[in-house]
Amino acid sequence: MNKIFAISNVVLLEMYRRKDFYVLFIVTALITAVMGSVTFFKDAEIVRYLKAICLFLIWASSLFIAIGATARQIPAERESRTIFPLMAKPVSRAQILLGKFLGCWLACGVALVIFYAFFGCVAAAREHQWPLANYFQAWAMHWAMLAIVVAMTLLGSLVLTAVSSNITITFIATVAILLVGRYLHKVALAMSEPSATMLTGLYYVIPHLELFDLRDLIIHDWPLVPWSVWSIALVYAAAYTALLLLLSWLVFRKKALQ
Amino acid sequence: MKTTRSYVLLLLLLVVLCSGLAANVDCWYMGWPGNHESSFNPLEVMIGEGQKLFAGSFYREADVYYHSGYYPTIFDNQEAFKTAHMAEDTGAVASHNQGDEAGFMGPPLDFFDAFNRYFIPNRHTHLDEGGPTDDLSKSGEVREILPWLKISSDLDPENVQTYVVTAYWLRTRMGKVAEGEQVLREGLRYNPNNPQLLYELGRVYFENYHDLRRARNIWEAALGSWEQQMAGKPDSVKFSFDNKFIVEQLQTHLALLEETAGNFSAAIAHLEQAKLVSPAPDRLQKQIDELKQKLAAPANVPAAAPH
Repeated sequence: MNKIFAISNVVLLEMYRRKDFYVLFIVTALITAVMGSVTFFKDAEIVRYLKAICLFLIWASSLFIAIGATARQIPAERESRTIFPLMAKPVSRAQILLGKFLGCWLACGVALVIFYAFFGCVAAAREHQWPLANYFQAWAMHWAMLAIVVAMTLLGSLVLTAVSSNITITFIATVAILLVGRYLHKVALAMSEPSATMLTGLYYVIPHLELFDLRDLIIHDWPLVPWSVWSIALVYAAAYTALLLLLSWLVFRKKALQ
Repeated sequence: MKTTRSYVLLLLLLVVLCSGLAANVDCWYMGWPGNHESSFNPLEVMIGEGQKLFAGSFYREADVYYHSGYYPTIFDNQEAFKTAHMAEDTGAVASHNQGDEAGFMGPPLDFFDAFNRYFIPNRHTHLDEGGPTDDLSKSGEVREILPWLKISSDLDPENVQTYVVTAYWLRTRMGKVAEGEQVLREGLRYNPNNPQLLYELGRVYFENYHDLRRARNIWEAALGSWEQQMAGKPDSVKFSFDNKFIVEQLQTHLALLEETAGNFSAAIAHLEQAKLVSPAPDRLQKQIDELKQKLAAPANVPAAAPH
């Protein structure tokens, strides 16, 4: 376990030095500030449009950070040949994989904490309330969703040759699941065979990332999701992440590194 | 160094020349008879009629906010959402909705579908009724639809409904009567003599300012404008669902105004006109009978004196 943490620590340090997060955070803050400076009909209490914009930017930024950072991890090690001294140490390939995953995922979690704290401040400035439990649920679900995305990107970085193609494919797949994943079964019911069965199969196979999107509930001040249901969703994310990491390990353990 | 300076100066000279030429051509273009541009708004120049698509999308977004996010997508049954509920609730827009507005999602198709519904808005509510909290004291939260309506009206100033909806919620739930009136007058600048806008403006004078004389003038002007617009048009257009609705609203409100002013015979005349286009003439006949009884009574005391 210590070895995994040591590798993840290196990844965290690398992410800390990179400029991606800072740039995305500044862009998010700037756009939110500009949109927040607009008043409609002299009413300073209108806030939901601002919450929607800010949360959208946070989601987009988090996907960029998660996919962009994870996709480079193993290809960069191979390209710079630093993977060989790493492999020369008493660490297994599974530990390297888990360390890389943990580092990227933790970095995403830290970034999300900062993003959500900023969001909370923006919302509180107009709403004068702190629904902390709601924000915690949204943050945790978002982070759990990123675990699946990070694991998916890690698998992509082992299967696909170029970093750019991995980033593009993972990003498109993630956005597509977020947008239409929920409706695949409904669409399949209106289709003829065999496409209906294929689409239904796809519906059951894909990780339902849209489950973790609590933006609408936060924007429109809906009550908390029952904690039991929320916990099941987190277990679902953990199961999918484990499955994707297992697949990654199966690919990585036999992969030639040169 | 000297060469770099020369290049910079040359570049500056070119920039000045180009700007001067562009300004000169622009002046000529503005005065050119072949110029059909209605405005020089950069957005309009860039996307032209495409603005209306975006405007429609923002108008829909306002209705999404009115429902606190509980809204059908293209994959759901949209029969109960053909007319935006935020517009329908103003009483100034005819409703084309039918079906179950609360159950557009239908029963869950599978485990994921059922599970998913915990994480999305899953109950039909309206912001003016408190939204998800069902707290009527929070009806002012209907303000949240206003940014989208404002953007929509900026992008498509010819969409009358946007002004009507904005003005209605501003004056009824937010107490901003002056702002509501201003919105309607802005709408009238882009859509002169529009009966729907005039009807809503009349309501501002009748319901908020209690100025019966001006309300009457505005509503009569709306009826006159409607007749002018419909002159020569076939009956299928003249008596379309939307047209009949606005005429009925104008006539019944004029009747109410006359009744308030104590002019019962004028009120009866307006109700008779409304009956011709109303989907519920029996209800109006009942009102007419009541007014006739009042008219026949020995002492007619007006409910309120006209201003």
